Amino acid sequence: MAVVTQAKCYHCGDNCGHFPIRIQDHSFCCEGCKTVYELLQAHDMGDYYTLANAPGMSQKEEVRKDKFAFLDQASIAQALLQYHDDQETHIVLYLPQIHCSSCLWLLENLHQLHAGIASSRVNFARKEASIIFHHQQISLREVAELLSHIGYEPAISLQQLQGQSKPVIDHTKRYKLGVAGFCFANIMLFSFPEYLGIDSNDEQLRHLFWWMNVALSIPVVFYSASEFYVTAWKNLRHGFLHIDLPIVAAIIVTFARSLYEVFTQTGGGYFDSMSGIVFLMLVGRVLQDKTYQQFNFERDYTAYFPVAVTRLSEGQERAVALPDIHVNDTLRIHHGELIPADGIIMSGNSQIDYSFVTGESMPVLKEAGEIVYAGGKSMGGVVELLVIKPVAQSYLTSLWNKAEMKETPPVQKSFVHLLSKYFTAGVFAIATAAALYWQLHNAAKAWNVFTAVLIVACPCALLLSNTFTNGNILRLLGHHGFYLRNAQVIENLAKSDFIVFDKTGTLTDTRQQQVHFEGDELTYQQKLQLATLAAQSGHPLSRAIVAHLNMPARSTITGFLEIPGEGMLMGRGEEQVAMGARKFIVGDATPSDPNTSVYASIGGHLLGCFRIHNQYRIRIDQCLLQLKKNFRLAVISGDNNGEAYPLQQLLGTGTDIRFRQTPASKLRFIQSLQAKGHQVIMVGDGLNDAGALKQAHTGISVSDHHNNFTPASDAIIAAASLPLLPQLLRLCRANRYIILFAFFISILYNLAGIYFAVTARLSPMIAAILMPCSSISIVAITAGFSNGLARLTLLNKPTDESHTAA
Amino acid sequence: MMSVIILLLLSSISVAALFLAGFLWSVKSGQYDDADSPPVRILFDPSSKTADNILDHE
Repeated sequence: MAVVTQAKCYHCGDNCGHFPIRIQDHSFCCEGCKTVYELLQAHDMGDYYTLANAPGMSQKEEVRKDKFAFLDQASIAQALLQYHDDQETHIVLYLPQIHCSSCLWLLENLHQLHAGIASSRVNFARKEASIIFHHQQISLREVAELLSHIGYEPAISLQQLQGQSKPVIDHTKRYKLGVAGFCFANIMLFSFPEYLGIDSNDEQLRHLFWWMNVALSIPVVFYSASEFYVTAWKNLRHGFLHIDLPIVAAIIVTFARSLYEVFTQTGGGYFDSMSGIVFLMLVGRVLQDKTYQQFNFERDYTAYFPVAVTRLSEGQERAVALPDIHVNDTLRIHHGELIPADGIIMSGNSQIDYSFVTGESMPVLKEAGEIVYAGGKSMGGVVELLVIKPVAQSYLTSLWNKAEMKETPPVQKSFVHLLSKYFTAGVFAIATAAALYWQLHNAAKAWNVFTAVLIVACPCALLLSNTFTNGNILRLLGHHGFYLRNAQVIENLAKSDFIVFDKTGTLTDTRQQQVHFEGDELTYQQKLQLATLAAQSGHPLSRAIVAHLNMPARSTITGFLEIPGEGMLMGRGEEQVAMGARKFIVGDATPSDPNTSVYASIGGHLLGCFRIHNQYRIRIDQCLLQLKKNFRLAVISGDNNGEAYPLQQLLGTGTDIRFRQTPASKLRFIQSLQAKGHQVIMVGDGLNDAGALKQAHTGISVSDHHNNFTPASDAIIAAASLPLLPQLLRLCRANRYIILFAFFISILYNLAGIYFAVTARLSPMIAAILMPCSSISIVAITAGFSNGLARLTLLNKPTDESHTAA
Repeated sequence: MMSVIILLLLSSISVAALFLAGFLWSVKSGQYDDADSPPVRILFDPSSKTADNILDHE
């Protein structure tokens, strides 16, 4: 077959197949994309397409008509609104599809699409739009529907309804930083006369400067540095000597000695060094604490569940909020909806996709009378469900309520803490020894020497190298689609020696299936017939086959019959086309065949079968190969063992591969590895991995942009960046060496400082020169090394997809 | 001599205080919360067709 260059959809960039819909010069992959294009053209908003190439969302999955009916209910809407008066309503909606400047432009020009919208403003980092609308002209439901219609379906979860919205950004550290910077700069300015040797005749002026410095240092000590006191004190109460403790000691000693000098008029003190240290350390902290606002690392099932479901009472459909669902309620679950509570199907049948909950890659058919568990996604028909367990006690939620999930693992202590202990002990020893020496020779100077050593050798250099390196590494990792919860995760990753992968959704891409046909080669006519039949069904396997055959399906067919769970057929006699399970087509069953196969026949003559395999993520094989050099690997899957052979090929022999694992057995597997002394990384994506992700030393959840939910974890990696994992982990390992090297350099400065201090010659000026020199060189070293290493190890930049995924 | 220096001192510190107030205000008003959209937003123009796609090229 000749290779035909296929057009890309002008709206969403998807492949249009052989038969695109065309308007003017543009091709579209589906009616939905075309509709959005026409709508935007009608409102003179064609700019949307000039700002980015194919910026739209695929419109193939239509949003159900009544999906947002629940927003008409005042009680639900009220919980979501920010502000509400007679005229206007303010709401902040989370739109996970936001990914480029075209999105920004379109969403901020919503008022052109509907006059009822007063204004809208996007927060790109949080993927949120703040919308103000006149509710007399457009209802909240209509706003949500308008957004869905143009491809930005708001994600409203139960979590929001319960008021557990995203954490508010904490500004206090930045305020403290600003104050410290202001005071530090001014204290430096007022100390200059001292450095330059001011005319000592001008005593009055000198004293004025001293007192100015005292005044300026007060906000630094009592406001900006309070960070350090709080952490040091909290840890001290629990019996830990936190790394901040020696810092606090240094600040107090410096401040006390400086005050003493000013009060006794013997000198200007070291206010400049002290405020400089506080300022620089706050800079490091702010960098290190940069949070990824678009991610929530603390999710539980409430973020996964929908806000409302359709309840049937006396034949009437009514949208009710999820917490109001009770046992014995009858729910109507539509195509694409999540089953919110365990229940029995009363009527209808549907394919239930449990891939996210159990890891099974193929949907399973559930018919009337069968029990379905919460968390599955209904694909296909409409089912009526009798609730048998309240939402809070269903199978899925009970996973979270297990004791293991509630336990917080003990906080691992950074090696920097250990280092700081030795460092502090060393400094105190030197200070004491020097003080004793001076006590014998010149007792008046002993106290001065003791405090001078503590001032000049405070472990701030260690802390600085730590916070700056961590901050920079976090930033670099984030740039490549790997987002860590905090800096400690870097070290945990560096220590790890065992990586456990989930299969479905982690190593494989659940959206795509690999189809290959076994049997004689199909003729064009046969392909056409099979594609026409397959196109009649909404079954995921049928869809995969339609996509594989890539044929223009005829729309008029006769005698179509679908038997759920078995197969389907159309036409009669020689023209009869049938597809389905082996039992349906051939007559005998082969229960031992774990592969997913669809048999096909025309006119009663067996053509062969379509085998459907998981599609592994691009370049995952190289990634695993590289990881094998430094880590032991294992795969645990909730799926059947149909993929055993390809997986074994991918991983080589000697790798533990386990199938049919329940969430609890995944967790136990991690525990058993930990019991053997391994430091374990778990990489997973679904709710069935949630326990394992939490139990592992580091849990990494994989995020596809089509699936915005990630279970609680220590780190989130964009699916497109997964192949970079070996390089990213190498960068984490390098982190420690960079910190140690920077620390070594700062020790050299410290030794110089200590030399001046023990010989009782530490003037404020020497302290003021050494402090910024050592700090600047540390910052330069950490930034230079980590950036250089990142460039070396991550030469292959992630593809364009990565930031859409992020 | 003395009074001039005090005058300079006061003026310099009040200028610096103004900057500090400006910084605190900018933090409070959320200007550091979203660093991605403002640089793109400023390029949008009701009639412009030329604004380059910044975010896609980063």
